[in-house]
Amino acid sequence: MTEPILDVRGLDKTFGAVRACDGVTLALDPGELHAVIGPNGAGKTTLIGQLVGEITPDAGTVRFRGQDITGLPAHARAARGLARSFQITSLFPRLTALGNVALAVQAHAGHSFRFWRPAAREAALIDPARTALAQVGLADRAGTRAGALAHGEQRQLEIAMALATEPRLLLLDEPTAGMGIEESARMIALLAGLKGRVAILLVEHDMDAVFALADRITVMVYGRVIATGTPREIRADAQVRRAYLGDEEIGDEEEIRGADEVAP
Amino acid sequence: MARRAVLLGALALGLALPALAALTGLDYGVGVATRILIFALAGLSLNLILGYGGMVSFGHAAFFGTGAYVVAILSQHASLGEPLVTWPIEIGGTESALIAWPLAMAVAGLLALAIGAISLRTGGLYFIMITLAFAQMLYFFFVSLEAYGGDDGLSIWARSTAGPLDLSDDVQFYYLVLALLLIVLALKARLVASRFGATLAGIRDNERRMAALGFPTYRYKLAAFAISGALAGLAGALIANQTEFVSPSFLDWQRSGEILVVVILGGMGTLYGPVAGAVAYLLLEEVLSQWTQHWMVVMGPLLVLVVIFARRGLWGLVERESPDGGGSRD
Repeated sequence: MTEPILDVRGLDKTFGAVRACDGVTLALDPGELHAVIGPNGAGKTTLIGQLVGEITPDAGTVRFRGQDITGLPAHARAARGLARSFQITSLFPRLTALGNVALAVQAHAGHSFRFWRPAAREAALIDPARTALAQVGLADRAGTRAGALAHGEQRQLEIAMALATEPRLLLLDEPTAGMGIEESARMIALLAGLKGRVAILLVEHDMDAVFALADRITVMVYGRVIATGTPREIRADAQVRRAYLGDEEIGDEEEIRGADEVAP
Repeated sequence: MARRAVLLGALALGLALPALAALTGLDYGVGVATRILIFALAGLSLNLILGYGGMVSFGHAAFFGTGAYVVAILSQHASLGEPLVTWPIEIGGTESALIAWPLAMAVAGLLALAIGAISLRTGGLYFIMITLAFAQMLYFFFVSLEAYGGDDGLSIWARSTAGPLDLSDDVQFYYLVLALLLIVLALKARLVASRFGATLAGIRDNERRMAALGFPTYRYKLAAFAISGALAGLAGALIANQTEFVSPSFLDWQRSGEILVVVILGGMGTLYGPVAGAVAYLLLEEVLSQWTQHWMVVMGPLLVLVVIFARRGLWGLVERESPDGGGSRD
């Protein structure tokens, strides 16, 4: 077996009386698209926070590409090839779409203690940025200010920025959040196109997306991992159905919305 | 284009000012103008971290005052013939601008590096408070420095020497300050558009995102803070030469506030804003203080109006959306 690109073991995080993460263990193989699902409050966002380095776990380790990165700050993890998108769109609204991606390219083009040449005219930054924009289908929006893009386009821009850092692993925190059906479909097609080229950890509420895309799925409830397996195995898992979805069939979007509301 | 016309007009006025002052008999105008340019330089230095970096430093006078003291202390040792340091080697004072001014920048820059290294661990309101606290510590340090005048300050016997220039001549000193300001403006325009400038603007707009992209944001903020401190030190060296006197009041928190007002009035995050701010602020002070010593009664409401109605300051009225504001790229 190949060594996992991301190997998370026994992650604990407590906020006051709330155990947001309770012994979370999961692993991603290179090129795998691994989805994490669970009702609201299951600890998915806390998990992401610990993976990217914004939250320090109480216990447990995070290994990335064979190295222990548990104690590294966010920027050092990003520099090692761990890119993320944010659940709530996080861009530079005053910059153009191209400017946003150019910054992402710049992050991985050596240090930025360069004081003289105008960055806006550096082909070394602009050309890869255009490529990344084209990859997500935003080539014709390059000159538009990020703040003026439609919501769906902003989410696509997030992906372009993550891609521009040439990551080994993409952490996508609800990439279809707040999207309409059409925008969602476009995003799912985009992710399907990326699948296999880069490992992806996908946190997502849209079950259609999850079951269409994922190689494996991890289910979290109350901070614990209750099951990990292929979509087929997860669908058939009695514990998942009981704890997370009642006894209804998985894979239909209406009941998932319902499950969200039932969850604490 | 309005922007170009205003800039050319300002440059022409700046170059012709000594001649105009001589013609109209308002000779003291050269001194006022020099002071304005020096405050513009101090404002430019603060704007680098405030406007472009989003760091609200309320202790900028510390670097300004330190630069002034470096020049004054070196000058005192030179004029008294007392060495500055006797061990391990003897180093005397100097009145040479070529040595004293870069040294003022270096000392202020290093001081900013040290203060920034600690202050930048915090953010927001804490950052404002901690920079203020450091500046006040330095203020009291100079108050207690009896060897250099303590509370009373320190007079400077003569302005710095600078090759063929005679800086005791107000007009020559004015042109030197103007030249330095133009050089700093040009350098800053390059810096703001460079990778470093783009990084700084990114940190200002969304620091968390920058870290997620892989930028070690602390380092870039600290570098900007140190550069800003060094430039403030240069402004301090110039003001010491102009007034031929330094005192702890140069490091007072009120002075830090004045530099902040210059930047906010002129336009945060705009290249020429601090220049416009310094012109407006110091001219108003000049005019209003002849009426009443409570000139802040007028200045205060004016500042409120600018902040409410011209969010990009006075320069924002000239320039609607500046290309140098957000490090934007096409």
